[in-house]
Order: sequence, then structure tokens, then C-alpha cells
Amino acid sequence: MNTWLSLHRAAFASAFRRLWATPLNTLLSLLVIGIALTLPAFGYIALDNLRALGSNASGVQQISLFMNLDASKKDVGEIENRLRQAANGKWRFVPKEEALKRMQASEGMAEIVASLPRNPLPDAFIVDPANTEPEALEILRKEIAGWPKVAHVQLDSAWVKRFDAFLRLGKLALWMLAGLFGAGLVAVTFNTIRLQVMAQSAEIEVARMIGATDAFIRRPFYYFGALQGAFGGLLAAALVVGALRMLAGPVGELAALYGGTFSLRLPGIVEVVLLAGLGALLGWVGAQLSVSLSLRKFD
Amino acid sequence: MIVASNLTKRYPGGFEAVKDVSFEIVAGQMVLITGHSGAGKTTLVKLISTIERPTSGSLVVNGQNLSAMRRSAIPHVRRHFGLVFQDQKLLFDRSALENVLLPLQIAGLPRREAIRRGQAALDKVGLLLREKANPIALSGGEQQRLAIARAVVNRPTVLLADEPTGNLDAESGAAILDIFADFHRVGVTVVVATHDQSWIERYHPNVLRLDHGRLL
Repeated sequence: MNTWLSLHRAAFASAFRRLWATPLNTLLSLLVIGIALTLPAFGYIALDNLRALGSNASGVQQISLFMNLDASKKDVGEIENRLRQAANGKWRFVPKEEALKRMQASEGMAEIVASLPRNPLPDAFIVDPANTEPEALEILRKEIAGWPKVAHVQLDSAWVKRFDAFLRLGKLALWMLAGLFGAGLVAVTFNTIRLQVMAQSAEIEVARMIGATDAFIRRPFYYFGALQGAFGGLLAAALVVGALRMLAGPVGELAALYGGTFSLRLPGIVEVVLLAGLGALLGWVGAQLSVSLSLRKFD
Repeated sequence: MIVASNLTKRYPGGFEAVKDVSFEIVAGQMVLITGHSGAGKTTLVKLISTIERPTSGSLVVNGQNLSAMRRSAIPHVRRHFGLVFQDQKLLFDRSALENVLLPLQIAGLPRREAIRRGQAALDKVGLLLREKANPIALSGGEQQRLAIARAVVNRPTVLLADEPTGNLDAESGAAILDIFADFHRVGVTVVVATHDQSWIERYHPNVLRLDHGRLL
């Protein structure tokens, strides 16, 4: 166990020294890897912010339930009971008197409302479902429509479906982009390691002659690839945070112009660690491919 | 103990460097492999050290049949040998001590212990004061002594050398001979391929004489 640890510690230290020994090369490689990871990472966070924006937008993913005009207080109580049992998120009752007052308050509507012989508006419920998936919203809408004394159930499902389709398309594009740039990262690491193997061919040859196993030869290159990928991932996270911070002000101003508030979500510590981990994994894969091919000439 | 039976090495193209060679080297012996240039000395050293694999025949070292050994087991066998090459194969991007430490790093020795043993090996060959020097700054004789220090630092049971004095003047060559003799004196099996006849006159070793790949 001590020997195993000692070998890994030495390989890790050797990989770190190699990164440090050529700072300019390392910096350029990290920039390439960092930028390659920044684009999909930024896309992921941007889509997530967009999803949050869609969820928070007023009226979106809400179901409006309108009662019959002749619905009694008992009927309203029955609907409240059903909503409570369904436990499908939050809901709010809007009595027809309150709806009329709001209508009167609207510009140019006071006279029209005053001329009406009676209140034409029904009692209503505004439901904020817990599950905002389009399919779940549609199922809930159909269920509510079947309840007694319910005249109309309104869900802007077309908007929700379009928004969801847009998000799915965005996710798909993001995966494709991530795959493409991931392959780029593997290629960058592959080439860096190949050059390193060439530069250290004398050491590899001697080490093999005096009893180095394949694992001993390969290990520092694996660590190098993983370290380079991890640092590239951290750089990408820093770039994403920097870009989002720059965008935060203008996005807030834009939201204010529409009468709302919205602040961009920055990547969390878990996401940063995942990004670094993904970079390390791809770097390791690139190193493995490169070392396997490059070391064949020593066999 | 090293036992070779009907050992043959044929290179791609059909050239047979070693032909049907059989011999036995007892532990602790000093053996000289001699012969003119192209006689097969270097190939025989490479076969014993598992750098090359025989085309046919068997080679048993300390009870292990190297000819039938899995590829993954070979590195562990090589650690029982201390190898000294004519061109030393030193690494010029690091100090003399770091060169000597390489076999210990491969064996996974803790750094502090490795340095202690590396310095002891350098001391044995008279290079302790040059531990920080780059090998390129050492003379030919010193470079060869450094190569010997690297070969013995892991306390091998067999010290194998291919023309270790080939590139040296008489004085430096004699110093190298003395170092090999010292290791032989403490029980290390020493196998040296050389065309330098002064070894025979000074140490009266067992001799394996090769001619066109065959043992005479």
C-alpha cells in the first residue's frame, strides 16, 4: 500500500512539475481547454436561467379555473376541497366581486362596468401547479375541467409547449456542442501528451530497460492529462462566472423595464467541481489514447 | 543461477545473432562474454536481461524461465539485474543523483530512503561529491561509474554490462574493472560482455567465448 501510494504521489508530483516547467505552453493549452469547456458550460447556465425566467414569468404555467355564473358558495367550497386533496401546488380564490373591482380599476373600463345590469364575471381560482411539465399541466387541466360547476379551465398550453420545445432544442444543441468541444479537449490533450512522450523518449527507454512497468511509464502522463483538464475546467468556470457577472446588470435592467425582477444564477460550487471533474476525465481519456498509441514504438 | 539451453536469437530478416548457445552461470560467479565484434556478445547480454526474447531455446534465471514469461512479468524480472551499457544511457536533463534514483523510483521507494541509498551508491563509485552535477559535465569514466551506481543502487543479484570500458582510456577502464571486481567480491554475480582481454589477465573470470553467434 505504501509503495502504491508512493508511486502515485511521485507520478502526481512529476505531472505537476511538467505543467509548471513550461508555463507558456501550459497557459496556452489551458486557454484552449478552458474556452472549449466555457461555451457548453455557459450554454448550460444560460438555458437554466432561461428556464427559471420562464417559470417565474407572470401567468405562465398557471391554470385559471372559472366557475359557472350560478355557482354557489357551497360549490366554491367543493372546488377548494378538491384542490386541497389534489395537493398540486398553490392556489388562490378570486371572488367575482374582486374580479369586477379589478376590472373597474382598469383604464377606460369604469363606465362600461357601471352600465352593466349585473356582475358578468364568475368566481375563479388561480392554480400554480407544483409540476410544470407540459404533459402534467395538460392532465391537470383535463381533470379540473371535469369537476362540477366548472365552466372553463384556461391554460396557455401552446405557449408552455413552445417554450418547452425551445428548451429541449437548446438542450440538444448544447449536448452536441458539448460533445464537439469535449472531443476537441481530448484532441488537445492527445497532442500535448504525444509531444511529451516524444520529448521523454530517452527516459522512457531507459526506465523500461531497468524494470519500469507500463503503469509506471503511463501514470505521470495520465495525471498530466487529468490535471490539465481539471485546470481547464476551473478556468472555464471562472470565464462563465465572469461573463454572467458582466451580463447581470443589463439583464436586471431589462427585467425592470418589463416590470419584473430577475437575477442571473451563477454556477454553484457543485457545478464548478463537476466542470473540473469533467475536464479531468476528458484529459485522462486523451492521455490514455495518446500514451497507448505513442508507447507502441517502445515495444 | 543462470541456465541457458540451446538459446537462439534470429532477427527479422533471418540473421542469427546467437545460435544454439548453452551455458550455466552459478550465483556469485564473474563471467566474461568475449568474442570479436559481431560475435553476438551484446545480443546475449540483451537476452539474459530480457531486453530481447529468444527465438528458441530456454533461459532460466533464479528458477524462472524467462523465455516462457508473460510480457507483464518482465519488468519485475529486470529489477533483479543491474544493467550497464557501453553508451551508459544516462539522462542529461537531471543531476547525477537523480539518474541514480530512477530504479528506486520505479521500485516505489520513499524519496528520503531513495536519496540515502542513491548517495551510498554514488559513494561506492567515488562520485558522491558530484551528486548534483549534470552527467554531461562528467568525464567518460565518471559517466560510466555513474551508470554503474545506477545499476547497483537497487541491490541487484546480477550485474550485467555490455562493453563497459569500450569508450574509455586504459586508466579509466582499469578503475571500472576494479569496481566490478569489488561487487563480485561481495557476492554479486557479474556478467560482462567485452573484447578487452585485460579482464582475463587481472581477474581470471569464467569465460564464454562467442564466434559468429556460437559458443566455442
